Amino acid sequence: MPRRVLALIIKEFLAILRDAKSRMVLIGPPLIQLVVFGYAASFDLNHVPFAVYDQDRSVAAQDLVAHFTGSRAFTEVASLKSDHEIKSLINSRQVEMVLVIDPRFSRDLLTGKAAPVQVIVDGRNSNTALLILGYANTIIADYSQQWAATHGLPSPPAQLDPRALFNPNLDSHWFIIPGIVALLTQVVTLLVVGLSVAREREAGTFDQILVTPMRPLDILLGKSIPGLIIGLAEGSVIVLATVFWFQVPLHGGLAPLYLGLLLFVLANTGIGLMISSLAATQQQALLGAFLFMVPSIILSGFATPISNMPVIVQNLTWLNPMRYALVIIRRSFLEHPSFTSLLAQYLPMAALALVSLAAAGWLFRKRAV
Amino acid sequence: MRRAALPYAVAMPPETEGAPLVLEQVTRRFKIGKRVVAALDSVSATTAPGLVIGLIGPDGAGKTTLMRLIAGLLRADSGAIRVFGTDVAAAPLKVQGMIAYMPQRFGLYEDLSVQENLDLYADLQGVAPEARATRYGELLHMTGLAAFTTRLAGKLSGGMKQKLGLACTLIQPPRLLLLDEPTVGVDPVSRRELWAIVDHLVRGQGMSVLLSTAYLDEAERCDEVLLLHEGKLIGAGKPSQFTQAMAGRSFQVRAANMSKRALQGALSRLPGVTDAIIQGAAVRMVLDAGIHPGIVRESGLTDAVITPAPPRFEDRFIDLLKAKAAAAAIAPTTSAKPAVAARAPAAQPGMEIQVSHLLKRFGDFCAVDDISFTVARGEIFGLLGANGAGKSTTFRMLCGLLPATSGSLRVGSFNLRTAAATARGRLGYMAQKFSLYGDLSVLQNLRFFSAAYGLTGAKRNARIDWALREFELAPMRDATSRDLPLGFKQRMALACALMHEPDVLFLDEPTSGVDPLARREFWQRINALADSGVTVLVTTHFMDEAEYCDRLVIMGQGKVLAEGTSESLKSACRDETHPDPSMEDAFVALIEADTARSAAPVGAA
Amino acid sequence: MKAGMLMRLRGLIRKESLQILRDPSSIAIAFLLPAILLLLFGYGVSLDAKHVALGIVVEQPSAAAASFTAQFSNSPYFAPRNFPNAAAAQTALSHETIEGFVWLRADFARRLAAGKSPDIGVYVDGINANNARLVENYVQQSWADWITSQADLAGASNPLPINVEPRIWFNPAVSSRDYLVPGLIAVIMTLTGALLTALVIAREWERGTMEALMVTRVSMHEILISKVVPYFLLGMGGMAVSVTIAVFLFGVPLYGSLLVLTLAAGLFMLASLGMGLLISTIAKNQFVAGQIAIITTFLPAFILSGFIFDIGSMPAPIRVITHIVAARYFVSILQSLFLAGTVWPVIWPNLLALLLMAIFFLGVARLAARKRLD
Ligand SMILES: Nc1ncnc2c1ncn2[C@@H]1O[C@H](COP(=O)(O)OP(=O)(O)OP(=O)(O)O)[C@@H](O)[C@H]1O
Ligand SMILES: [Mg+2]
Repeated sequence: MPRRVLALIIKEFLAILRDAKSRMVLIGPPLIQLVVFGYAASFDLNHVPFAVYDQDRSVAAQDLVAHFTGSRAFTEVASLKSDHEIKSLINSRQVEMVLVIDPRFSRDLLTGKAAPVQVIVDGRNSNTALLILGYANTIIADYSQQWAATHGLPSPPAQLDPRALFNPNLDSHWFIIPGIVALLTQVVTLLVVGLSVAREREAGTFDQILVTPMRPLDILLGKSIPGLIIGLAEGSVIVLATVFWFQVPLHGGLAPLYLGLLLFVLANTGIGLMISSLAATQQQALLGAFLFMVPSIILSGFATPISNMPVIVQNLTWLNPMRYALVIIRRSFLEHPSFTSLLAQYLPMAALALVSLAAAGWLFRKRAV
Repeated sequence: MRRAALPYAVAMPPETEGAPLVLEQVTRRFKIGKRVVAALDSVSATTAPGLVIGLIGPDGAGKTTLMRLIAGLLRADSGAIRVFGTDVAAAPLKVQGMIAYMPQRFGLYEDLSVQENLDLYADLQGVAPEARATRYGELLHMTGLAAFTTRLAGKLSGGMKQKLGLACTLIQPPRLLLLDEPTVGVDPVSRRELWAIVDHLVRGQGMSVLLSTAYLDEAERCDEVLLLHEGKLIGAGKPSQFTQAMAGRSFQVRAANMSKRALQGALSRLPGVTDAIIQGAAVRMVLDAGIHPGIVRESGLTDAVITPAPPRFEDRFIDLLKAKAAAAAIAPTTSAKPAVAARAPAAQPGMEIQVSHLLKRFGDFCAVDDISFTVARGEIFGLLGANGAGKSTTFRMLCGLLPATSGSLRVGSFNLRTAAATARGRLGYMAQKFSLYGDLSVLQNLRFFSAAYGLTGAKRNARIDWALREFELAPMRDATSRDLPLGFKQRMALACALMHEPDVLFLDEPTSGVDPLARREFWQRINALADSGVTVLVTTHFMDEAEYCDRLVIMGQGKVLAEGTSESLKSACRDETHPDPSMEDAFVALIEADTARSAAPVGAA
Repeated sequence: MKAGMLMRLRGLIRKESLQILRDPSSIAIAFLLPAILLLLFGYGVSLDAKHVALGIVVEQPSAAAASFTAQFSNSPYFAPRNFPNAAAAQTALSHETIEGFVWLRADFARRLAAGKSPDIGVYVDGINANNARLVENYVQQSWADWITSQADLAGASNPLPINVEPRIWFNPAVSSRDYLVPGLIAVIMTLTGALLTALVIAREWERGTMEALMVTRVSMHEILISKVVPYFLLGMGGMAVSVTIAVFLFGVPLYGSLLVLTLAAGLFMLASLGMGLLISTIAKNQFVAGQIAIITTFLPAFILSGFIFDIGSMPAPIRVITHIVAARYFVSILQSLFLAGTVWPVIWPNLLALLLMAIFFLGVARLAARKRLD
């Protein structure tokens, strides 16, 4: 590597790390975020507050309620006397579900008619609502099988035997936390790289660099390598925390993970540099980074599955490096992916990295020299 | 009416009542790296109302710190500052209501137009709407910005920005006006206008002014001067008191058979000579106290004609500072270095820089309008001109930073915009605006730029040592460069541009904001470089510096108004009112004629 | 005095507005980004699993197997695909071409007929736990329907003695768009509120304009007010645009009062602006201010506000932290106003919290902002 590139890299690090505040901003907050978000970002339901409106008051009904209260997912917070109360409790979000047991419940149960139970959920958060319904269904199905067994009813003619591959307990932390690795790595890389050229342009130092014998390629390297190193370092710290703090298993080993991270950071560096070379001011660069980052997170499958998106939007996600990174990181954590099976992710990301870096180099030439 | 606004007047000691500024044992320290430096060290002074007070001192003397303390932007570590009897620390807002302050780097809103900037400050200073039109008219005339009111401030030239900052500050004459180097980068015509306005405000409305400046001829226009050095007040009084101390020590020296440069070189090497600079066709010499001018003849310059000259403020300044430097046992670099030897003017063949029919348009505004000139190898070529004449634009095109609209330009045998990167290794560029890494220390900047120019190993270390020594940056090596005094920033920028010993130097106002001592050293260095074959293209607004140039052009509104040696330019404007015109006279005459010319068709229509 | 202050404020606000209008990036963040986000969410980014690609493995075709798999081909939730054997289905699963598969073993029909209750394998890709759970639930629902219909056909009593009637209030179609879009408005407003203001003040420090401003008669709170007013309007403008798109383009219902919505948005905007001002007075440099703003306002608004992830299910310490995220209160108000109506018991505590946060952050920003350089 030419000496001048090395000098540029050293300078870049000094500019970022010499100031105590910006040093702190790079190291502290991402870790705090990982911890907070790691715990916060989960689709698992715990202690969902619910109310019971038991019009039957039979032993069977109480037994059913006991199944709910016994589950970790639900916490009973109220027992209702009339159906007016349902509305106000749900409206005011004191409960997310109301279990309404019909007066005929135990009678129908005993006579072999389908005993009616109503499950009312707050649909304001549709995802939570569906999950609550699912949990409730499972509990009720459990109960009815138990009831059938003890009362000599025929057992269902066929049983379901559900298995979740790769994540047997369906712990959604295992899904989200590897996602946060990608998310935070992207944020840090884009910001560090995205602002670097714009900042120099604002300060006039970019002109000073342009009159030195440095070639656009030197500048490109000198600007992207620090981003690469910082991004990878940041990613590594977060990976460590994921493994040792959150105890997410790392089945796939480091090699596929790091190859993925490397390509991901490269692609982000390229995109950051493109934004940076288009922006005249730091504000534009930062907001430009945002304009890219927010849709990129949303269209990555981080929280909402890509397969749920309409086809046009799905096609758009092919341009999103985060999409590939998420698959690689998640599978490296939870599976034993073979290199070839991940090739379908590595290749497009490498292509994106190449194209974006080349475009950034071209924009440098065009805008600056 | 102003006195009525002093509720505490009764409580004040009688001698300070109404004094615009009272400083009592003011001390302020800063941390530079790990050292604690006293920027101001128990400074005490009281000023009288209705006067222009000059705050003079070398780079890093503490002028800006003092201004900021008075404006309430910083707190003193100890001591008190009172403005018209009000303690700054106790009631900063009240003080800010009585003063106006123009910071050294006036922060204009670059995305607002000239007019919008003026409007904003008129609103902030509470200028009555009916009074605005006339006020704007005066200020725009003074600054020469009347034609550019709709232009974004970010697109003005460096000097135009400075003048706009000044206009924004002056929009409502305050009781006490603080100006921190207001004339840095401002052309001589505008400086005259500025002084006329300040005089008018002071004499007419009794305003008090505290102003720091690097132009020592301006110091002579002040009513009183405070001389700061390394945070201490080393002198105060009328400028004439300072100059009187130099009576009988200044002379003009001419030697028939010697070039003025050779003469200057010989004189400045003589022991007993405080200072020797070129002035017109002669050399101005200042002798140490008690030295007889006879030493010149004794030294062998037998045909030298020595005539006494009136002392100037600058003489005293140099004298005082050199005495200080000697006392501090740091040998002043000036005398330690071999002074400039006789320089063969522009002897080398081959044209290093060729510009022909160069034109640059921004939108429909023509910033550089069909200019042509050539510079020979080893020549010092000056580009002088009014603010906004297009000097920096020309520089930027020559360095390949900006595409020309039309015309051709060559540096060596290249057009730097299209040449290979290595071609830029021959060139050093110092931008008008400070453009090194503010977050990095001095040393880190030097390291970076030396490597960027491809220096390695021992060579690189040697050059960095050279830069630290040569520009006296060593004590500042670990300071964050953003916080350096202006003069030191300029030195550092020059050091970075010289690091790789380039063949061609582009220096855009290298001496703006630099103190006179450092400027002398700077020019010695440039002369030495030119002697060794380096081509130098330089801009400046110090007219005395034009004398150092082998040839120069004067630009106005994008055009070349005149070209030649300083002698030929001066003699071209000799007339009965100016029998012996100075460079400044020549410059002002040319620019004014040009302005009149371009205004004429408008007047006729 | 009074007139002077008005004049100063007017001048500053005009300056600020001109700067906003001249920089395409601030307009983009206030209007373009909301539009993009809303379009993305409005047209399909959702958590709902519809047309789940479900693999079907029937090792030995039979009438019983056919009647079971028919459940899936007739359901709007599934897009079934047949696989010859479990291994092929599993490969497809790990390549994410299907999200799960149902496996009827060769002895299915035989055991069923013999009353030996065969196991039906249901395999889901557990990596996306949320989706996996939804798929499992759908499959379970189909299975229960099948059992019931089989019992009816045979005239036998239903082996599943309880009949669950689900009722989803406020969002009966359980469309995640209807709840994501209101939440999104909070995220968008955080951007204009905190990020943009954090940047613009830091920029004044960086460019030296702050020093020139500070020595005029302007007092610090005039400077702060002049920053708050234009960005407040910009943020509210962005909100109006977002609400319009949400309601008229995507037909998200708005049951609550528009007035309350405006009030809540106003308070939220003030709290965000307060955060932004505070950040920039601390940071004084755009790089740091931008980083802090993203980390302390934008990402929390995304993750800790209840916009996507359920706050109630977070561990207790994290739930405590969410209380200092202004977006949390606003998201709660928004979801109620849009989907339920003006439910005062939800709205007033949240409004109060927003008010307190606005006062707190603006107050602290005022205290932290000094008219001095050191
Ligand atoms: N990007 C730009 N867009 C529009 N006009 C510009 C731009 N850059 C410079 N100008 C205009 O070109 C003219 C020449 O500017 P330039 O900086 O070359 O002046 P200068 O001679 O260096 O002045 P100074 O002595 O003040 O430094 C000025 O009127 C300036 O406003
Ligand atoms: Mg210039």
